[in-house]
Amino acid sequence: MKLNTLTIKQAQEKMEKGEISSVDITRDCLERMRELNDKLNAVLTFCEEEAMKEAELADERRASGETGALLGIPYIAKDNILTKGVRTTAASKILDNYIAPFDATIVKKLRKAGAVLLGKANMDEFAHGASGENSAYGATHNPWDLTRVAGGSSSGPAAVVASDMCLFAMGTDTGGSVRCPASFCNLTGLKPTYGRSSRFGLVSMTSSTDVPGPITKDVADAEIVLRVMEGLDEHDATTVDAPATKISQSDIKGKKIGVPTEFFKGTDEKILKIINDAIAKFKEQGAEIVPIALPHAKYGIPVYYIITPSEVSSNLARFDGIRFGFSDTEAKNLLEVYKQSRGKGFGPEAKRRIMLGTYALSAGYFDAYYLKAQKVRTKIKNELDRELEKVDIIITPTQPDIAFKIGDQSDDPLKMYLEDIFLSPASLAGLPAMSIPGGFVDEMPVGIQLIGKRFDESTLFSFGKKYQEVTDWHNKKASI
Amino acid sequence: MKLSKEEIQHIADLARLDLSEAEFEKYGCQLSGVLDYIDQLQEVDTDDLEPTAQVTGLENVYRNDEIKVWADDERKAALALAPDLEDGQVKVRRVL
Repeated sequence: MKLNTLTIKQAQEKMEKGEISSVDITRDCLERMRELNDKLNAVLTFCEEEAMKEAELADERRASGETGALLGIPYIAKDNILTKGVRTTAASKILDNYIAPFDATIVKKLRKAGAVLLGKANMDEFAHGASGENSAYGATHNPWDLTRVAGGSSSGPAAVVASDMCLFAMGTDTGGSVRCPASFCNLTGLKPTYGRSSRFGLVSMTSSTDVPGPITKDVADAEIVLRVMEGLDEHDATTVDAPATKISQSDIKGKKIGVPTEFFKGTDEKILKIINDAIAKFKEQGAEIVPIALPHAKYGIPVYYIITPSEVSSNLARFDGIRFGFSDTEAKNLLEVYKQSRGKGFGPEAKRRIMLGTYALSAGYFDAYYLKAQKVRTKIKNELDRELEKVDIIITPTQPDIAFKIGDQSDDPLKMYLEDIFLSPASLAGLPAMSIPGGFVDEMPVGIQLIGKRFDESTLFSFGKKYQEVTDWHNKKASI
Repeated sequence: MKLSKEEIQHIADLARLDLSEAEFEKYGCQLSGVLDYIDQLQEVDTDDLEPTAQVTGLENVYRNDEIKVWADDERKAALALAPDLEDGQVKVRRVL
């Protein structure tokens, strides 16, 4: 059997029994990456030599008695996560030549745990997008149908896991960037609570909602990765000293699941059927169904598309052609260095968001846009917190539709923004949320989103594990 | 709400972005469209609400004000990314 198809848990058991080594798994993964990347365009940078060395080191660590949930497990990181000595582009031309001088805290933790970095994954430029099409290096193709998008912005991390190029991938989620591609590619995608894991060493986009999150083959693996990547970090003052995540039980008897039916209005009937089937499954397993109301959740998109561009315009100010990244040599003075380096270096969506954010924050418009959006954000957050006092989790579809055809929506930014309708509320409120495979429509995967209480990822895992015990959707693989 | 060409130029100047004629046309239209969509926020009553800038509930996270030396290899690697260096410092074009 090809070892690249294993889950983290399966691979770990086999390594512990001495049946396989990290070098064996890593070799199979690298072979799969070479075989498929021309079709998928999911990997931007390969770390073949380094990966083989890291795998050998992991095997040596095991031989000397060390154990660990991620020891010797190969993974791929989204290209907006800094990896020391390895090119890190955020899929932007402005960072085309950028070699990260240090590791992101989560990469450092994965390295310490013995995980093996195979390469860097494609994405929407600076994580701006819901399709992967905004990459300066071309769209990622969906392993389930090469003519369709893989979802975004973590398009590459989803495509590499769905095609078994690695055992898991590390993505980032700002307004749905882990959950959307997980839904489009039949994977488990976790957005942890804001403050659960360090953002140090991520290419900043929207600092008030950015979080790193894993994309995995099942829920048990997502829990394994979270347990390694979580925790307080002195380099990120927004991390919280919360109790560590314990391995959860798949028991949901008596737990309450909130269903905001009104919020689903307008969603495709076939998608809704999948959500209703999942609710019925949870009920069968002993959960109690509680109708809830989220009348302001629908304002998540307009709020998100003020707050995000505003923070983007500020965070992307650092790309000025002075200290790193593309610098236009034709510029005649300092101002031209700024304007021309940025004009030539940024792609269309980054420019659009910088412009929108600059406008929203500019004199005379701040109160009408940014301040108003921050107040509606309070309303959305309070509403979710209030409903989560009555229930343990909230269920929604992850996406309003299946993965669309490449090119179909790329010229209509507003339509693309509406893809985030179910995703932005949890991001704005900083709540943990997870997408798990729930079925298929027109032979394409559909995800279910579970939203939990702040720092209570464990309840998400309990529901997710139970669901994956009694369904088989997550075991279905793209035939590529 | 339609943004005028002067407004778009002003925003681009503030954002330090050099835009082509075609980009002016395109972004002008698209930004106006997005702003129209965002205007729906005005229908929400927010009179008694405080704005939310962060969601952790953390307040005043302090650290000791002490210098920590950055590992030499990382410091050098970071400096090497600059397009122009002189005496270990990043060189920029004439300002005055």
